Amino acid sequence: MKREDFKDNEYIDNLVAELNASGANVVVGQFDKLINWGRANSLWPLCFGTSCCAIEFMHLGAARHDMARFGFEVARNSARQADYIMVQGTIVHRMAPALVRLWEQLAEPKYAIACGGCAVSGGPFKGSYCVVDGVDQLIPIDVYIPGCPPRPEAMFYGLMQLQRKIKVERFFGGVNRQEKLADFISSHPEKAEAME
Amino acid sequence: MFDFGSITTWFDNLLESVMPAWAATVIECVIIGVVLLLVYALLAIFYIFYERKLCAWFQCRLGPMRVGPWGVLQVFADMFKILIKELIRLENIDRFLFALAPYLVIIASVVSFAVLPWGNGLQVIDFNIGVFFMIAASSLGVLGILLAGWSSNNKYTLIGAMRSGAQMISYELSVGLSIMTIVVLAGTMSVSELVAAQADGWFLFKGHISAVIAFIIYLIAATGETNRGPFDLPEAEHELTAGYHTEYSGIHFGFFYLAEYLNLFIVSGIASLMFLGGWMPLHVPGWDGFNMVMDYIPSVVWFLGKAFFISFIIIWFKWSFPRVRIDQLLALEWKYLMPIGLFNLILMTLLVVYGLHF
Amino acid sequence: MANIQETISKLFPEAAFEQGEELRVTVDAKQWRALAEQLKGNADLGFDYLVGIVGCDWKESMGCVYYFTNTSTQDHLMVKVTTADREHPVLHSVSDLWKVALIQEREVFDFYGIIFTGHPDMRRLFLRTDWVGYPLRKDYDANPELNPVRLNQEPNEDATAEYVEEADGSIKKIDKKVFEDEEYVVNFGPQHPSTHGVMRLRASIDGETILKVDPMCGYIHRGIEKLCESKTYPQTLMFTDRMDYMSAHQNRHCLCLCIEKALGIEVPRRAQIIRVMMDELMRLSSHLLSYGCMTMDMGATTAFFYGFREREEILDIFEKTCGARMSLHYNVIGGVVADVHPDFIKDVRAICSIMPDRLKEYHKLFTGNVIAQNRTKGVGVLSKEDAISYSVTGPSGRATGWHCDVRKTAPYSIYKELDFEEITETAGDSFARYMVRMREIEQCVKLLEQLCDLLEKEPGNDYIAPKVPKIIKLPAGSWFQQVEASRGAFGVYIESTGEKSPYRMHFNSPCLNIVGSVDKACAGYKIADLITITASLDYVIPDIDR
Repeated sequence: MKREDFKDNEYIDNLVAELNASGANVVVGQFDKLINWGRANSLWPLCFGTSCCAIEFMHLGAARHDMARFGFEVARNSARQADYIMVQGTIVHRMAPALVRLWEQLAEPKYAIACGGCAVSGGPFKGSYCVVDGVDQLIPIDVYIPGCPPRPEAMFYGLMQLQRKIKVERFFGGVNRQEKLADFISSHPEKAEAME
Repeated sequence: MFDFGSITTWFDNLLESVMPAWAATVIECVIIGVVLLLVYALLAIFYIFYERKLCAWFQCRLGPMRVGPWGVLQVFADMFKILIKELIRLENIDRFLFALAPYLVIIASVVSFAVLPWGNGLQVIDFNIGVFFMIAASSLGVLGILLAGWSSNNKYTLIGAMRSGAQMISYELSVGLSIMTIVVLAGTMSVSELVAAQADGWFLFKGHISAVIAFIIYLIAATGETNRGPFDLPEAEHELTAGYHTEYSGIHFGFFYLAEYLNLFIVSGIASLMFLGGWMPLHVPGWDGFNMVMDYIPSVVWFLGKAFFISFIIIWFKWSFPRVRIDQLLALEWKYLMPIGLFNLILMTLLVVYGLHF
Repeated sequence: MANIQETISKLFPEAAFEQGEELRVTVDAKQWRALAEQLKGNADLGFDYLVGIVGCDWKESMGCVYYFTNTSTQDHLMVKVTTADREHPVLHSVSDLWKVALIQEREVFDFYGIIFTGHPDMRRLFLRTDWVGYPLRKDYDANPELNPVRLNQEPNEDATAEYVEEADGSIKKIDKKVFEDEEYVVNFGPQHPSTHGVMRLRASIDGETILKVDPMCGYIHRGIEKLCESKTYPQTLMFTDRMDYMSAHQNRHCLCLCIEKALGIEVPRRAQIIRVMMDELMRLSSHLLSYGCMTMDMGATTAFFYGFREREEILDIFEKTCGARMSLHYNVIGGVVADVHPDFIKDVRAICSIMPDRLKEYHKLFTGNVIAQNRTKGVGVLSKEDAISYSVTGPSGRATGWHCDVRKTAPYSIYKELDFEEITETAGDSFARYMVRMREIEQCVKLLEQLCDLLEKEPGNDYIAPKVPKIIKLPAGSWFQQVEASRGAFGVYIESTGEKSPYRMHFNSPCLNIVGSVDKACAGYKIADLITITASLDYVIPDIDR
């Protein structure tokens, strides 16, 4: 997709500006580009669907939408081999520890996508006695895909946004995920114990 | 037919003229090692791409399209990523064996990869028990899988490894028997002589019905031995998440992933060597013009083409058939394939003794 | 009906009777056990099918509502059992008479804290083991500090208990364990590729053979029934699409029927035809999905893509008319939200014309395959008695030879006028369940063709927008309605006190019963069979957990 077709360009621009503030060596910068190219184009999902969104995710993999075109089709069932977790559906109290554990089992670099209204905010079940109102309370989310369930096209859009985000990351020096986790813990002190 | 042997001999003479023989041998070994590893990696990448495109084709999809033209760079991207992916340190495991397992698997496949006859004169080593060596080396892989499953301290991996142990050892018997059948026909275990014997017709056609049976048994058993569908029980994605390599991440998982595809190439390579004449072009006795034309196609192309064709069949199996169950898998081997294979071996011996083959 | 009332009143003179759409009996907790034994054992009653157990809190008393059906005469009976003790409500378990109570009584225990004496495995079903309180009680303390999002592992996962009534009337708790320490337990889920969602199955195995399966639900329990109590009736409709999302139309149809029944609303003819068409399209798409998932679980990945190819076409039809692919929200109280898209009939006819060929392709690719047949034939056998006892309805129930299609046994909407066949098989194994689904696809096509004709040619079926009052208030009372969803008999129980929102709304999901039968179906088979059996039973997790 062309740059103009994406909607929130300024977010990525800010991220780039922030990352470039410290400056980078030319050689290292090229390496970064290569690595980011590899990472962005090889996003293997973890099979993790809890409800309706998972069926739409299957449609994403099926013949009409075919996520294999982007190289997303190598869905891994073992969290250690996957690159991102796409939370498809409501997360309830009983599931919350399992989700956090899965997130911890993912190998770095790892990304998380909140897919569908329930994962974004609790959706139609917000306020229920056992629903977590948005998975960002549990794990750090990179991309939110709203919808109930989001159409496969929306999922593609979200995944492409994730690719764009990865392409501006820094592997050598700069921001890394460890810091991001520290940031997350400092902003959510109540989760610190669980994230350890 | 161009003989690559002339190049290698020339190079060997060149080295020996400027340095002592041992130094020349060392340098040659290093060069061969580097070339082998390179070819290994490239072939693995090609195979991953090949399978992804093929399965997309079976499933009315397009397959990788976006990374590079027709998605050819897709697998390179995957490899870059997997190289720098985190290796997760696990608690409560047998660290040494856990780290050793992927290397055992990959070494087994590299070693058996080395014996394949790539083309006319393109062979790393040619000795009188080549076939025997090939079978021995390829069966080392099961050790790696067993160790991986056992050392991970995970129930899925353990079940996967136990299944894989039972399966690979059983199916090796059938692979061995069907190869023996051809060895009986050829009367030699040397890889180069096996190829040379097929100059006037491939063993599949020369060996009567017996060779055809051996070929079919070999295809089934080889699919089983490489843990590919419908015999992919050790990995059985839908039962054991990822089977024996559930706990591996990063490049260690990458090794298993590469070895899986390369083993596919190796069994296809062995099949083309034993049944389809290795690098030998298709020759029909009496059709001299046709044989001449065939000879113009380079021997490497012949070999790779045959191997890819057999891989195509095995990939086709995988994407069409449901998975069998462990007891059915063992029943198939011990109750059907092995007795038929044994009977077939006797049949072939009789054919050879009475000279009934072509 | 009078006959049943006579029989019961002769045996239990204290029982109170009421005649609604079905006979309603009210008894006290003390007599319940004796009545239950009569209901099952007495030849004049013979209520062998326990449709559902609805726990309820009537403020001054608590208890359960049981719905029974006699499968041979199709008589229905509702039994209301009450106990005045709110602190320690105790009822007798009927799990030895109707096996479905094994799982349904656990649900009531989880929601209301009603203890069932004699139930062998009395522990929570949906909520965490360390959950404080019983959420559907009217006096439940919803303070989030009592039940924060806990990220530790659940304590005492294996602990369960049996409550026994002593001779002096006191209740004794016997602590038990689900799995003994020496058993080798393999855990499947909640994140597992073939549990079809976040189901968790724990299997105790010996080598590759399964000894016992313990299904653990609740990983997507969203508390829909509690949420409904605070929503108005039109608002409750939206939850139905998110329970069994593969039967979105049927579930919503069921709730609409139930509310319409309570309000006495007549649904326009065209809306009825459209509703039934949508139901059948949904069933078609659901069976295609279950074909795809079952084949994929067995490793035949390509078949999955073939099933999904046709599903896409059906989703296109939904999208044109309803504006969405999955959460359709098309039925509303009193009719449907809008008329169908002008292309609707053309598109449906197109689907009907391609399906027979596609079915042939499916059979060629998977059904005839020798591996597929070996994997499914004779595996996971449920007998007809098992199916009735566990209340396994839908294709899985019909595969045992039980005629349990609600469209035939208690026809609703316009099903009575339509010509279709109720598909049954007799083997009761995975293959039979699979074949019932495949043959039902043919019946769906047959129905859709008839319905297209009806919608097109029948005079006087112009679209009329639903006419309902602005504020919908149901009169005081209770109603129960069943429809045939894609996976079995889906029931809705509404209890109203005359307010804008329901006092109690219960969804009787077919998948919960199916999950209750997993242990029965899987014990003795191989680990790999666990996957094929659960795939052929074909449950949808959000429908179980609600």
